[in-house]
Formats: sequence, C-alpha cells, structure tokens
Amino acid sequence: MRVPLEWLHDYVEPHMDAHTLAQRLAQTGTEVERIEHHGVRGGENFVIGHVLTRQKHPDADRLSVCMVDVGGSAPAQIVCGAPNVAAGLTVAVARPGAVMPDGTRLGRAKLRGIESEGMILSERELQVSEEHNGIMVLDVDHAPGTPLLDVLNVATDVLVLEITPNRPDCLGIYGVAREVAAATGAPLKPAPWEQDPGSFGELDGVQVAIEAEPHLCPRFTARIFDNVTVGESPLWMKARLMAAGQRPISNVVDVTNYVMLLSGQPMHAFDLDRVAGRRLTVRRARAQEQVQTLDEQTRTLDEQMLVIEDADGPTSIAGVMGGARSEVSDATTTLLSEVATWNGPNIQRTSLRLALRSEASGRFEKGLQPEQALWAQALATRLLIDLCGATVRPGTVDLGGPGPQPATIRLRDARIAGLLGMEIPRERTRRHLQAIGFLTVDAADGLDVTVPDFRRSDITREADLIEEVARLDGVDNLPATLPASANTERGLTARQRQRRRAADALAAQGLHEIIGWSFTSPELAQRLRLSDPAPALTLANPMSSEHSQLRAVLLGSLLDVAQRNRARGATRIALFESGRVYHHDQPAQLAPERLAREPHHIAAILAGPLRNATWREQQPRHADFFAAKGVLAALLSTLGIDWQVGERLGGFLHPGRSAQVLVGGEPVGWIGEIHPNVAANWDFEDTVAGFELELSALPLPGVPSFQDVGSFPEVHEDLAVVVAEQVTAGELVEVVRAAGRPLLAGAEVFDVYRDSARLGEGHKSLAVRLDYRAADRTLTDAEVMAQRQRIINAVQQQLDGRVRGGG
Amino acid sequence: MSLSEKITELQAAGAAAANAAANSAELEEVRVQYLGRRAELPNLLRGVAELPPAERGAVGKAANEARKALEALIDQRAGRLAIEELEARLEQDRVDVTLPADPLPAVGRLHLITQTWREIEDIFLGLGYRVAEGPEVESVYYNFDALNHEATHPARAWTDTFYLSDEVLLRTHTSPMQVRSMEQQRPPIYIIVPGRVYRRDSDVTHTPQFHQVEGLAIDENITLADLKGTLQTFARAIFGPERNIRLRPHFFPFTEPSVEVDVSCFNCSGGVTAAGERCSICKGTGWLEILGSGMVDPNVLHFVKDSGYDPELVQGFAFGMGIERIAMLKYGVTDLRLLYDNDIRFLEQFA
Ligand SMILES: [Zn+2]
Repeated sequence: MRVPLEWLHDYVEPHMDAHTLAQRLAQTGTEVERIEHHGVRGGENFVIGHVLTRQKHPDADRLSVCMVDVGGSAPAQIVCGAPNVAAGLTVAVARPGAVMPDGTRLGRAKLRGIESEGMILSERELQVSEEHNGIMVLDVDHAPGTPLLDVLNVATDVLVLEITPNRPDCLGIYGVAREVAAATGAPLKPAPWEQDPGSFGELDGVQVAIEAEPHLCPRFTARIFDNVTVGESPLWMKARLMAAGQRPISNVVDVTNYVMLLSGQPMHAFDLDRVAGRRLTVRRARAQEQVQTLDEQTRTLDEQMLVIEDADGPTSIAGVMGGARSEVSDATTTLLSEVATWNGPNIQRTSLRLALRSEASGRFEKGLQPEQALWAQALATRLLIDLCGATVRPGTVDLGGPGPQPATIRLRDARIAGLLGMEIPRERTRRHLQAIGFLTVDAADGLDVTVPDFRRSDITREADLIEEVARLDGVDNLPATLPASANTERGLTARQRQRRRAADALAAQGLHEIIGWSFTSPELAQRLRLSDPAPALTLANPMSSEHSQLRAVLLGSLLDVAQRNRARGATRIALFESGRVYHHDQPAQLAPERLAREPHHIAAILAGPLRNATWREQQPRHADFFAAKGVLAALLSTLGIDWQVGERLGGFLHPGRSAQVLVGGEPVGWIGEIHPNVAANWDFEDTVAGFELELSALPLPGVPSFQDVGSFPEVHEDLAVVVAEQVTAGELVEVVRAAGRPLLAGAEVFDVYRDSARLGEGHKSLAVRLDYRAADRTLTDAEVMAQRQRIINAVQQQLDGRVRGGG
Repeated sequence: MSLSEKITELQAAGAAAANAAANSAELEEVRVQYLGRRAELPNLLRGVAELPPAERGAVGKAANEARKALEALIDQRAGRLAIEELEARLEQDRVDVTLPADPLPAVGRLHLITQTWREIEDIFLGLGYRVAEGPEVESVYYNFDALNHEATHPARAWTDTFYLSDEVLLRTHTSPMQVRSMEQQRPPIYIIVPGRVYRRDSDVTHTPQFHQVEGLAIDENITLADLKGTLQTFARAIFGPERNIRLRPHFFPFTEPSVEVDVSCFNCSGGVTAAGERCSICKGTGWLEILGSGMVDPNVLHFVKDSGYDPELVQGFAFGMGIERIAMLKYGVTDLRLLYDNDIRFLEQFA
C-alpha cells in the first residue's frame, strides 16, 4: 500500500518527517517497508512561467526559442522541443540547478547554438502522468515566478506500507490516516465520504438482480450519472494517482481508482448505454464459461466464480476484473457506478485460479465490510459531479444492505494488566480506543467497547481489544520480567543427550558434520542399486523432480556432499550427518492419523587418506572397511553400547567388505565399503567406506556399576591359535571369552599371520591378548593356568584350533 | 705402614679419584679400581682373617667402614654425573618445534546450524524449559487449523506449502507442536521445539528447508512482559550482554497480541559503524529482526481446553525464530545457501 504523504495530509497532519512517522507507525503495528520520494526534489528551482514569445529555432526544425516570464526582472530564454508550446501559456519551468525526479541536476545548456536557461516541463518529466507529447499546460493563471510546489503537488514522500491481513481497513488512505492520528495524537479530519451529494431510494434506469447466494455477495450498490464528459483528470489528481502507483487513464476511470485508493473500497464504472438490456445480474459462472476481460484476455471460469452479466451475457468477473464490452470510452455520457461487497475467500480463490490479481481483488480478498460500499458511492458521486460534469440521478440500488450490528465487548482493567504485565489507567485505554473509532462506555470493572463496522471481522474478543490498547500504548514500554515458575522436570532427555554425544564423538574422530536435504530424487534408489527399495514418501507439489521424495536414508545426502567436495579438490573426505529419515509402511495410506515414521539416523562416510600427509607420514593409510569400523567403534563405545558385526550385506555395499551392525542381536544398521559401481555413480574411483545406524533404535545408556580394577593386579598373556581360514576372529574371540569365564576380563585379536609352509594350507594364526583379573584376590599361577587350559580345550573342540608356541 | 694407615690412605686415594672422575665411565673405572673384586680394599677385608684375633675386630671394622664410605661417595658422585650427562644429552637433542604435528590432529566440526541449535537450546534449558520434538510430516490440522489459520490463509496454498496429500503436509513451522504438546501435558508447560521446517521458496534468502525453534510457556500468570524479559535474556545470551530488544506490534494468526522482536545491532551503534559508515548488517536501522512472538491466542487454547487449558485460567506466550537467521547474524554468514552447500572449507571455519 503506497501512501503519498501529501495526500495523507488532507486528513491528518502529524507534523513530523517521513522517517519519524514511519518509526511511530512501526511501533504501533503498521509496518513501513520503505520510504520513497515521488516527483521533484527540492522545489526552489521549479517555478510558474508565462510564455511571452515563441520563435522557431534557426537551426532546428523541431525546436522553438521561447522568452518566458519566470518572475525575474528579465524573461528567461528557453529552448523547447514540444509542439504545443505557444505564447500566452502558463507552464512549469525548471531553472538551472533544479533536481529532476530521476535525480539529474539541470544546468545551463546550448541547444544547436542557442543558450537555454532552463526547461519547460512535460507531465512525464514531473511524474504527473506518462504524457510526453507536449509540455504540461497549467490552466490556472498563477503569477510568473510562483513556486510550482505552491500550485501543484509534484513532490511528496511516499510511505510503502505492509498491511497485515487482519487490517483491510488500512487499505485506503483514510484508514491509514486514522492509524496515523492514533499513533501520533494528531487530530483526524472527518471522513471524505461524510457529505454525500447522492440520494437513496429507488433508482430508475437499471434492473439489478443477485442470483448468487448472499454470503458470496453481501452487498451490491449502484448509482447512475448523466451528462458525463469523459476527458482528462485535473493535474492534482493525476499527480496523486501516480504517486500512489496508478497510471492516469481518463477522468472517469481515474475517479474510480482515486475512490478505491482513498476508501479502500474498489468500484467499477459501466457505460450504461453499453449495458445490454440495462440490467445486471450477479450469478455463479457456469463451468467452462468464457469471459473477455479488460486486458483483452479470454478467461475460462468455473462454478465457484461469480460473474456480472447483462442481457448479452457476462460483462465482468465479479471483484476481479471488468469486461471489455461495457467499458467506459471517450463517447460515454451515461455512467453506472457499481460498488459491491464480495466474499473475501471466494475472490481470493478466483484470482488465484485465474492467476489474475488486481488492486481490486487484492482488497476484496481481505474481506471488506458492507458499509464501505456507500463510502465509495458518496466519494464517487462528489468527484464525478466536480470533475466530469456529471449529474447524479436520484436513488441508489442497494441490495443486501449494511452488515450486522456492531459487537459490544467488555474490556476488564484487570485483564489488561494480567495479560500485559503492566497496568494501563482506564482513561488511557479509553483514549487509545476512541482514537481508532471505538465507542466506550464505563462499566464496573472496565469498559464496554463497541467495535466500529470497519473492524467487525478483526475485533471479536477481549484479547483483540487488549492488543489494540497494547500496541497504541507502546508494547516497547513493557517491563522485562521472567515467569515466576518453570517445569518440574528439567534438562534434556536421555535420548537427546545421546544424540548430542553421538555427534560429538564423530566430530572428535575428525569427521565434519553436514546438513543435507530432507528431499531426495526418485532415482536415488536406482543409483544406490537398491533391488527392492521400500516405497518412498512423495511430495504432491515438489519444487523439482530431484527433490520430489523424502529421504529414507542419509547415505544419499552424504554421497552428494562428498561428491561436490571432491569435485572442488578435497582429497580427504570424512563426513557425517545426524538427522531424520522418513518411512511409511504404505505411503498411499498416509493420513493425519497415520503419519510417517521419522527415525533419527546417524551416518558417516570416509574416502581418501584418513589423515592429511605430513612430513613424517607421506602416504597416510586410505579409508577402508576397518577405518570405518574404527569410527563406528569409537561412536558406540562413547555411547556405552555393546555391538557386533552380523551378516555380510552386498547390494549397494562391497559383498566381501560389509556387514550388518548388531546391537543386542538385532540389526540397527550397516557398515562397509560402498560397492565400486555405486561409488562410481558419485564419481568416486577410490574406496568409499561408511556406516549408517538408526540412532533412535539404540539402547539408552544405563548407569554403569563400579568394578574394582585397581586393588589386585591383572595378568596378561598372549595366545596364538592356528585355525582354518574360514574361522573368523569374531568367532574365536567369542569361544575364548565363553571359556575364559570367570577370570578372563578381556580378549582381543592383535595379530593375523599366514604361512602355508609352517601352518598348513588354508590355515592362519590368530594371536589373542588375554587379560585375567579377579576383583577380590591376586590370581595365582595355578588359577590362571587352569583357566588358560579351559580356553585351549574350547578352541580345540569348537574350532578345531591348535595352540602354537607361546604362553 | 700399619694396616690402619693403609686403609686410611686407600680411602683417601679412592675419594680423590672419584672426585676427579670427569664422567660416568671414568667413575666406573675408579669403582672397579678401589672396590672391584681385585681391588685392595676388599682384599684387605679378606686378609683380616689372617690377622691375630686381637686385631681382627678393629681392623675389620675400619676396613668395612672405609669401603662403605667410599661406596657412598662414588654412588653420590655417580648420581650427580648421571644428571649432568642427561642434561647435556637433552641439550643436544633439539627438534624444530615449529614443524607440523604428526599425525595431524583430526578435528571435526559440528555444522554451524547444529552449533547454533545447541546454543539456543542451552539458553532455554537454563531457563527451565524442556526440549520437545514433533513430526515433520504433519497434518493440516496441527499445522494450520489448530493454529487459528483461516481456511483461506495464503500460507495454506499449494504454491507455498509442500503437501503429501490433501490432509498431510511438511510442517511449515515448528508451531504445530504447541497444540501437540499441550494435548500431552497439562499446564504449566515450558518447552522449546527445535526442528526442520519446509516452505516452497527458493532464492537468495530462502531455502525450501530450514530450521526453527518454537517456544511455548503456559501457566497461570504469564504476561507479555514475561515474554519480553525471556526474549531479552535470550538475545543477550546469544548476541552479548550489551544488547537490547525492541517489541513491535504485528499480526500472527495464533497469537494475540502479537509482536515482532528486534535486537539492537551488535555491529554498530544506531546504524552507524565505528568507522562512521552505514552498517550493512542492520542496513543502517540499528535493529535486527530476530523473531515473531505473542500471547497465545485464546482460540488456540480452546483446541486443548480438555487438557486443562482454559483461556480464563491459564495464559502464556509463544515465539518462533529461524536458526539459520540467528546463525547468519551471529557469525556474519552472508549467503544462506552456504549453510546447505556443506563445503568442507566452510564447515571447518566454525570451531
Ligand atoms: Zn548495525
């Protein structure tokens, strides 16, 4: 909403500059997007001139040399290119030094050898209109030298406001003036529609019927004007329209726009002689019905939309745009002014569906009140009489009438203080409410407040009134206090703490956290070579096809980010993400009572050297299965979780270098090297290893109970066992641990050795470090020997292993 | 020379030799010479047995004492020499301490959004709030209806919001958890709700996915002044103790009264930087808009009246802020999209 201050000042004069006013408005709830300047800057070098003589330029056919009385002792010589310049005209002159609206500063100039002391201005040069075929001619005879700004409103600051959807009453200059008055304390002048030259009662000359349901068209009013002379609007009106962002067209159209900008209520003017049958009907459009609108486009409607039709069919789309057929032309002499109230949501829908937004539809969709229709009729009547020579016929078509009785709401003093945390004396409350048009009557515990019709839909409850009082009293004056109490339970939940520790653990391992998109591409499953992907959750209105599904795994985002970083030259990739994925058993069954499952995953990938090369380690080891396993082990150890690797996986993973991750025997994710063909889909030629876990499925840490490890010494020894190649380290350790109870506190494989000559074909030696400990005594050699023998026996019996040397 | 004199002489000579030894090796030679297997002093001791019984006691004692004294002297001397020699050796064992570490310490970073997220959480945890979480795939009911959005509210449009079906969408804010939380917990309630939200917007200042933190406090006597104090505490904790906040009335469907909150710019004073230039962070206004908030609208409480939220008995405030915006303001990140690009060189910067 553009508010030229020059126009606003007709109704309220706060006597403050635009910036101060903007701040004051912001503090009371009207957001000022920006302040613009319209027209000339600094008026001192713009004056009224009288053209004394006009002679043809000796060296240029199109130029004239004029002597112009600009009020000084001698006339100014000005070269002018306009065809309509003539002796005797009153014109606007820019003297050297003048700053034009576009910011250029006028100097003395020579045009084809003739000195020019300034410029005779066109309407466009002054931003009064877009007219540039000739100079602007002032029809009033002001004295030469009079400052132009005294005569014409060609310079004003313009506030560009952002009107919140609850305040359609501020979509007109006068509504804004009411806010300005309330915000600044300046007096508000009476509304410009209070004096209505028209009359009510039956109107001859047109038949109007509303066939649409009343809620779609709560009010429809019309008046008829005869003897209309269509022509140009006066300069002051053109200048205002331009400053408010409307191009002047003709006096009749300009009046309708001016009325809308001032009152907030859009209106439409029909050439009554072109309204077939002189009757108008408001009805729902028929499916696929077509209307040609003013912009000469053919629009196809549906049954939710409203049209206004005459005897020959639809002439306009109600509330959105008029039709070409009954448009006002230069030949128009009889006018029908139509002002109606439409249903906001319905207009919003129509304008969205037709992708047709206008100043009118933008206002109607906010929901205007029926009373506003007569504001516009009164204003239009006055202006059509004054500016277009019209006479108004007696009577007014008024179908629907005004809205319901205004509500009266009790506003309790105690409630204001209770909600705001600050007492506001009742007198101040009353003053604030009266300033914005509310009526107040004293009650025992507060005020009975009657809401004005133009705020009917916004203010319905006590809380709404408190907001009005608070904003006008200044929410910024509130004290800053803290709530007296808080929750009885405090702190993060165990699950939330676990999530933080997990991310910290991975960062401590040197991995950077990324944040990927929740959106993914339907092709991801294929790129990951998932043979049987679960059906994905799909957006009905994605922004692009590559972002049309919700991710079911984190691996995709990690590979995308890794690829991008690799392309930018990063050799060492060590990344993780901790975030949600989105699952549904049957996406087709997605419904409010069956929403998605949103488990929290944590995933990491490694590629390239594990560390940056240094002066002592030129060739650091590269990422592989075991590097990923180390990171996973560090993560799960930090979280205090026992885990094992399970079955190998394949699919998008290397079939020989991948495994399930088991916690409590249940799979919670995978670890492995990405299959080279999959990695290649993300341009990786080297090994990419990683893991992904369902973090939210991991057990929460219990409270570990103390174990005495310091009172008695541990006994360490090594055991080398030769087993068949297919026996895994994990199996060996499991057998050792089982047989080592109760004295064996730890067992870890620390060496793998192959030598077919010494160990036999198909065999390997695994060396295990054994730690024995008892909490209550120092172990004797005999005890340890006995336990060791049980381990050796178990390995022989269960794994067909034999002990090699040592011990 | 009597035997006693001999002992005294040997002891004195040994002590002199020990004191003269310049290093451990020389001292070892002294030890061998005076105390070794074939040395004189031990030999004398062995020779005591051949003495007349009357002399044996005195001579034996003297010889033994002399040997012990010399041993002690040599040990002491050896200790001192060892220290000196170690120091001398260490003095020579110099490295270029400016060479890089090895292996280079691997230091990973939490994403800037996560860091900011935690920072915000920690402030409110300190104020006694709990952290609640809710679904991102959300129903139209919780995202719009229960938050008092009119049926025609523009945010509901398919041009603005991601839908999965007519009734299911990607939440456009963390606010749906207001009603969800109140359904689950009777008053009083003090929670924040951090999380991902989605809007169909993509340009220099918008990404279709971003993060918000919702706040909700409902109790018997919570006031708008409490909201101001809470957000002032927050703003000072995040942006520094010198910061002030400013409340501007605004409109949101689910709060009444509604206010937007600005924090005084940390980069300038009243819009002008220390260098006398117009501040680019606050665009010369001296204020930075950080969040929207207000007193929870009675209509929203009506949706959870059965859980004990009678608007005549309890009241409270709600607020919502963008984590990205806070992060960008605080760390001076100029382009929102950098936060989702995940360039390692970007991620590394935030310790
Ligand atoms: Zn600043």
